[in-house]
Amino acid sequence: MTTVVSLLVVVPLAAVALTLLWRRLWVRRLISLLSSATSFVIALIVLFTVDAGGSVTVAVGGWEAPLGITLVADRFSALMLSVSAAALFGVLAFAVGQRDTDEGFPAFHAVYQALAAGVALAFLTGDLFTLFVAFEIMLTASYVLITHRAGAEQVRATMTYVVVGLVASGLFLLGIGFVYAATGTVNLAELSARMGDIDPAVRTALGWLFFMVFGIKAAIFPLFFWLPDSYPTAVTPVTAIFAGLLTKVGVYAIVRTQTLLFPLEAPSTPILLIAGLTMVVGVLGAISQGDIKRILSFHIVSQIGYMIMGLGFFTVAGIAAAIVFIVHQVIVKTVMFLVGGLVESASGTGRLKEVTGVLHRFPVIALLFLPAALSLAGLPPFSGFVGKLALIQAGFDAGRWMVVGVSLLASLLTLFSMTKIWSAAFWGAPTPNLRRRPSSVMVAATAGLVGLSLLIGLAGQPLIEIATRAASDLLSDSATASGGSA
Amino acid sequence: MSTAMAVAAGALFAAGTYLIMQRLLTRIVVGLGLIAHGANLALLGSGGEPGAAPIVGGSTGVISDPLPQALVLTAIVITFGVTAFLLALAYRSYVLTDSDAVEDDLEDRRIAELSRKEAA
Repeated sequence: MTTVVSLLVVVPLAAVALTLLWRRLWVRRLISLLSSATSFVIALIVLFTVDAGGSVTVAVGGWEAPLGITLVADRFSALMLSVSAAALFGVLAFAVGQRDTDEGFPAFHAVYQALAAGVALAFLTGDLFTLFVAFEIMLTASYVLITHRAGAEQVRATMTYVVVGLVASGLFLLGIGFVYAATGTVNLAELSARMGDIDPAVRTALGWLFFMVFGIKAAIFPLFFWLPDSYPTAVTPVTAIFAGLLTKVGVYAIVRTQTLLFPLEAPSTPILLIAGLTMVVGVLGAISQGDIKRILSFHIVSQIGYMIMGLGFFTVAGIAAAIVFIVHQVIVKTVMFLVGGLVESASGTGRLKEVTGVLHRFPVIALLFLPAALSLAGLPPFSGFVGKLALIQAGFDAGRWMVVGVSLLASLLTLFSMTKIWSAAFWGAPTPNLRRRPSSVMVAATAGLVGLSLLIGLAGQPLIEIATRAASDLLSDSATASGGSA
Repeated sequence: MSTAMAVAAGALFAAGTYLIMQRLLTRIVVGLGLIAHGANLALLGSGGEPGAAPIVGGSTGVISDPLPQALVLTAIVITFGVTAFLLALAYRSYVLTDSDAVEDDLEDRRIAELSRKEAA
């Protein structure tokens, strides 16, 4: 099993090397698609094995924990790996199917697979410094992808993105230095055992430093300003995978570090406050925008608030709900941007004022948009409903009525924002710029992910059960960690 | 961590923060470099008191902690790569816009325009 787990990082890295060896586009496509498909299958195998038999630890190179680097696959990371591999494969198929393709430039597939390797490593790593390295692999790949086809506008937006990313990396490194100075280790398992011995004030300070570092990556309030600026300027497949995955890796890191290293006093009012503000400010930003991709970018921010809210309750139910919500968001957010891209590729614009009547001209796009949009707003029986219901129940159990009310209000505003896109772009008489029929591969790739989202909605119960097991793993680790301080 | 290291790291962070507030891209790039150096120095200092070289020659007595040094080496390499990319990006921006300054955000300009109209 240990070999299989390391394959999750090795396969995409091997694909990076192989795609650089061939000049022919179809060979590069084939290698890249094969790598993503293999990763997805492996991730599913790991998920089922880990769920049945408990977490798997790999000592890289045969060096055991205190000396070597460890990879740890537990239920939470296996779930994240499976869903991210699905999104990566779907977006890759979409990119390959594009009419005027965005993946023609020589390094696209290599960089894309490097991104996949970075994401997989971030989910699997068992120590803080490797997490830093994984973030850097992922972010450096994303810097290259976002500058593709860079005109003046993209370069300006990318500059913000890169500078913010680098400042966060500097703070991350500083945090690692402080943790090492305080405890003498960067291994997460060792850390959780030693955290109890250090001064609670130091521990709280470190906790907030890491919350800020990952908060920048996850785009929580008030550190989200870079996201709606930079994401919409990239080409569709790149925006879609960024929207679906990158911020969620940040959320994953927040959940992982906060539960393992810095157990909160349950439930945490400051974190719930941040969560509420993230939801409301994000959704208000979305309502005031007039371009599909910009609207969706603000919704990324808003939806991150829900995940942070689940963490803030700091109960098994709360964290389980947050995990379900992350799984749902990875797929739905990716789908939303792909549909936005379909509208753009059909009409040449994403501005709501310049395109109407997609429903009559290309009903298939409308058919793909509708379930994803309703799922984003959280209507039954779609996947968003499962996540939001679980979150709200967890909130009631924790007795936090206020933030639950805020989250319901944000949901309502999300629905309003979705109807705005629907009534502006999909209804009405078709505009003449709706000329180009999207290729069937693009539609099929999007439809596949929509199907997955529907499946998440229908299979809500098993998903919540596995997420609950994952959450109780996280919190029992946390209990061991705080045992020393008692 | 020795006081001198701590002060140096703090000074680097202060200078770096000042520089990334500037409008010129070249200054921002230098500022980011300084912040990265500050973080590296802090990480290096986290190893505790210096001692003899570890491992080599089967050293006895107090040895330096080799782990932060290994971590810092990795971090330096990463920073080097990303800074090179950033410089290329800054150059690209200069070629495209013919200026080294960071432009105002489009949305910010629109909002500034609105408030000016309200005032008028």
